[in-house]
Amino acid sequence: MLKKLAISAVAALALSAGGLQAAGGESHIHDVDFSFEGPFGAFDQFQLQRGLQVYTEVCSACHGLQYVPLRTLGDEGGPHFSAAEVRAYAAENFSVYDAELDEDRAAKATDSFPTSGDENAPDLSLMAKKRAGFHGPYGTGMNQLFKGMGGPEYIVSILTGYTGEEKEEAGTTFYANTAFPGGWIAMAPPLSDEQVEYADGHDTSVHHMSEDVSAFLMWTAEPKMMARKQTGFIGVIMLAILACLLYLTNKRLWAPHKPKKH
Amino acid sequence: MSGIPHDHYEPKTGAEKWLHKRLPIVGLLYDTLMIPTPKNLNWWWIWGIVLAFCLVLQIVTGIILAMHYTPHVDLAFASVEHIMRNVNGGHFLRYLHMNGASLFFFAVYIHIFRGLYYGSYKAPREVTWIVGMLIFVAMMATGFMGYVLPWGQMSFWGATVITGLFGAIPFIGEGLQTWLLGGPAVDNATLNRFFSLHYLLPFVIAALVVVHIWAFHTTGNNNPTGVDVRNGSKAEVEKDTLPFWPYFVIKDLFALALIMMVFWAIVGFMPNYLGHPDNYIEANALVTPAHIVPEWYFLPFYAILRAFTSEVWVVQWASALTGGIIDAKFFGVLAMFGAIIVMALVPWLDTSRVRSGRYRPMFKWYFWLLCIDFVVLMWLGAMPAEEPYATWSLIASAYWFGYFLVILPVLGVVEKPLPTPATIEEDFEAHYGKAETPAE
Repeated sequence: MLKKLAISAVAALALSAGGLQAAGGESHIHDVDFSFEGPFGAFDQFQLQRGLQVYTEVCSACHGLQYVPLRTLGDEGGPHFSAAEVRAYAAENFSVYDAELDEDRAAKATDSFPTSGDENAPDLSLMAKKRAGFHGPYGTGMNQLFKGMGGPEYIVSILTGYTGEEKEEAGTTFYANTAFPGGWIAMAPPLSDEQVEYADGHDTSVHHMSEDVSAFLMWTAEPKMMARKQTGFIGVIMLAILACLLYLTNKRLWAPHKPKKH
Repeated sequence: MSGIPHDHYEPKTGAEKWLHKRLPIVGLLYDTLMIPTPKNLNWWWIWGIVLAFCLVLQIVTGIILAMHYTPHVDLAFASVEHIMRNVNGGHFLRYLHMNGASLFFFAVYIHIFRGLYYGSYKAPREVTWIVGMLIFVAMMATGFMGYVLPWGQMSFWGATVITGLFGAIPFIGEGLQTWLLGGPAVDNATLNRFFSLHYLLPFVIAALVVVHIWAFHTTGNNNPTGVDVRNGSKAEVEKDTLPFWPYFVIKDLFALALIMMVFWAIVGFMPNYLGHPDNYIEANALVTPAHIVPEWYFLPFYAILRAFTSEVWVVQWASALTGGIIDAKFFGVLAMFGAIIVMALVPWLDTSRVRSGRYRPMFKWYFWLLCIDFVVLMWLGAMPAEEPYATWSLIASAYWFGYFLVILPVLGVVEKPLPTPATIEEDFEAHYGKAETPAE
């Protein structure tokens, strides 16, 4: 019985591994070393600012960020613009419908980013958290443990995964993409080299712009990441101290009852 | 409160005497806290305190979250994002609550398996065990409804699948499901009542916890030897026990601090690891996720639910025998609830006269296999419903039922247990030596 089980286990593993490899050809996510990974990782303020620029000049044509208040662009642990810069950015780039005035007006810092302009384009506020780049293996979650969930990696892989092939189906053009599940995506390749011009003179290859905008989208999905990690550290350190004190208290308390151990 | 003789509260000052005559509440707390506890309790006995802490953590964080959350299909998802972005400290509170549920279930599973190994369910602690099982079921209901509240894709589709189980009950199922949902499908009425019940049930759990503690304070704690505390006199009791305060409170708090350290690190550094990315997509009745997977703590029972397909002979047999009333879906539902029911009935299924698994050489092997079985079921619950996982699920489910319904009753008869120590004191002193001065 056990032998039979072991044989079927091995056979099953071999079979499903083959299946996974076949599927792996369709959706390939590559790992990116982002500055914000791991307990010590932090957002790079300037990368977020560059990413915002890519979003503003390219993505925002179709995609919204409806859950992100514009004022948070000034938050510490984010792009960290000055209040004046945030106001100027909001007014320059977006207009919102004001129910009181019954007309459109320039956006203020208290408004949120607009919703998607194109109804087929998903909102990007949470994109970096609602996609996982890494799975498994075999449902064990080991990859996620070591590489993270991989949401930003997924976005980078999509943006850099176009092969140049196209096909038309029922009047819609699909573009071959190595990262998109199924291999064909309705979004045309959004980025081309030197499409934006960074004020800090940073490299504007598709690859770099993709990483910048993915980092920015990680921030829009998890704007309090820095605060969260800080609270994490303070809590862990204080609990470690507390645990040490309780250990010593406990040892001393029990000592008279455990002569052999002391 | 306790059947074990020990010192009781004596009001000393005038004010204490005045209150004690009218409401002996200080005495109740004193007696609860000073209960004589077997001094040989090992580290597997710390999870009770962790669970009590989890309940408080979930209630406190939950009440604050409820101040900012809106239970409406159009607003729920956005209100959670509002908590994550605009409420001071809201992101951390929400992650504490979200991962707090995982810690709660992690702790309860260890607590349950501790009970299964050391025979804590056996006479005279059957009522403690049954109340514990009721708490476990109430926790599952609370956890399930809580997961629906953020109104993400997994919330919505999880709710659809799980409430669909009630629809599988013959004759009354469809009506029952509609009644539970408040309509023909998961919608605003469902979200509203789930929110209401998610707020109510923790207090039911708190009440059950009081009964749980009351029950085992009446019988006294079990201990790793399973040998009873000698309770002929106070002096005898003191040889086997130490008061809960300070000895076990400090020990448990030390363990709690260590566990909280790990928990805090998970919340601070990887709060979404145990979640599913799809739940950051707002619920959409028109788009079904590729894989509908419940939270990790439901996976073992989810695997049992899915194991019994129409191709399994037991299912075909049951179906033929009942004239098709029991179909595969209903059989799965029965199996899932049955898996918990057989566990609840274990006090009467285990025929061995020896309480602790420590002195049961054959039992040990089957017990550890059950632990492995549970983990394997958890893994299988997360895998797609296809071969070979379907067959493995069936084997693993069969072992779960076999353990409770066949192995435990038979083992009690065929197994030759090892000798148990005569007293708890003897077991304790064999490990830690004899104290020179008796306990104060």
